[in-house]
Amino acid sequence: MQSKRTRKLGREQLRRIIETCKSVEERSLNPFLVNVDEVISVIKEYFPQWELSEDLCLDAETIHHLASVIKLQSEWVKHRSTSLYTDPFLLEDKLTRIGKEGIVNIFLDAWHPTVQLEQISLHSLAEGIKYWKSLLPLDERWKEFSPEKSETGPATREELIRQRILRDKAFSEELEDFWRELRRNVGEKGKDGKIRYWDFIGAETYEVTVHKAFMTSFLVTYGYATLEIHPLEEEIFIKPYEKPLTEIGEKQLVSIPIAVTAEDWMKWKRDELE
Amino acid sequence: MSRRKAYYTNKIKRAVHLLFYRRHRKPGVKGWELRRALGSDYPTVLKILDKHLKPLDLQVKTVFEGEKPVGKPTLDQLNKARFCITLRGELTPKEAKMIGWRIDDLAGLATTIAYIISKKGKAPRKEVEELLQDKLPKWKVGVNVDRYIRYGYLVQDENDQLYLDWRTHTEVNQKALIDLVLSTET
Repeated sequence: MQSKRTRKLGREQLRRIIETCKSVEERSLNPFLVNVDEVISVIKEYFPQWELSEDLCLDAETIHHLASVIKLQSEWVKHRSTSLYTDPFLLEDKLTRIGKEGIVNIFLDAWHPTVQLEQISLHSLAEGIKYWKSLLPLDERWKEFSPEKSETGPATREELIRQRILRDKAFSEELEDFWRELRRNVGEKGKDGKIRYWDFIGAETYEVTVHKAFMTSFLVTYGYATLEIHPLEEEIFIKPYEKPLTEIGEKQLVSIPIAVTAEDWMKWKRDELE
Repeated sequence: MSRRKAYYTNKIKRAVHLLFYRRHRKPGVKGWELRRALGSDYPTVLKILDKHLKPLDLQVKTVFEGEKPVGKPTLDQLNKARFCITLRGELTPKEAKMIGWRIDDLAGLATTIAYIISKKGKAPRKEVEELLQDKLPKWKVGVNVDRYIRYGYLVQDENDQLYLDWRTHTEVNQKALIDLVLSTET
């Protein structure tokens, strides 16, 4: 129990050392902020406790980061001993005090820009001419990419309907026809001014069924009809209004998802749909 | 003309072609490239060329890989070094303007280089930008630092640390710059 606690403490200490070393490496802090002797004694103290490979890896990582800090310390000493060493704060202070013109004049005394020319040579000119001679004219090069010519002319309404760009009826017109169909269906097959949802939308093909379900959703949304849901019996009825509702009621509108799957459609066709 | 003189005249011409006209993305030619083109006595050729360039206020500049060797460089160090032609003397502010530098941009570059030198050759970009924002408009600072990087004066690592790049090592007398900044009375 005691050694478990010691190991936990040791891991925490090593992680803290790694973090300190990392911040010195990444933030260019003074590397002498890390007391190498102290860190080594901590590493030494906990080393006999390590048994798991994770702990040994942590130990190795700590030594690795400590080595980086020692390297930085060596560079620090080297830099301070060179003629380039200046106190960064003093230099920063100077830089902020010297005006733009002043710093430019100083820089021009220490700056020796590179001299280099980019010039065309006789050889490269000759190469250019050679290339130009072998280059095909644009109309020959682009011949194969020329698009096919097509005649343009006005399209008729029938053509656009055939291509499904236009509908043969306006949507509102189509919706009103669909509403009339619903009312007719309720009159023929319905009871109490309503009809079972599937009895209304069900059709010979699945495609038509889905289209009818789609149109029904607009009937309900635009106030031509309403849905009556009996959750216990799991029955849904659709009830057309005599006149479309033009005002939105105070009640919050809700969305009712109704799945119209191919399986349900098959069941409905076989009269098996509950 | 003696045979020896004719030999060196030809070599110098060849060296001028190599050094003055841009061949790579970075200006200058590596020592090993010169050795291949001019022969193993290329250091002598460059020394003679340098003498010829002196009256024109130009010089052959040697930029060593890593730190400048103490004493006479070895042949290996020379082969790895980059050679280019730079101005021997100094430009006047008017001349600097004529070669496409605005005073603001040049002041920003000088401040950045001096600051990075004081930080042992490495400084966070954020710190450099804060320093530049003291005298340059904020929107211009980022653009300028990017330009110094593009021109080869600075290089940035994935941790947004700025370092001095090849062009600063080639063109700027870093010691003179720091001494001048420190000795300026403010």
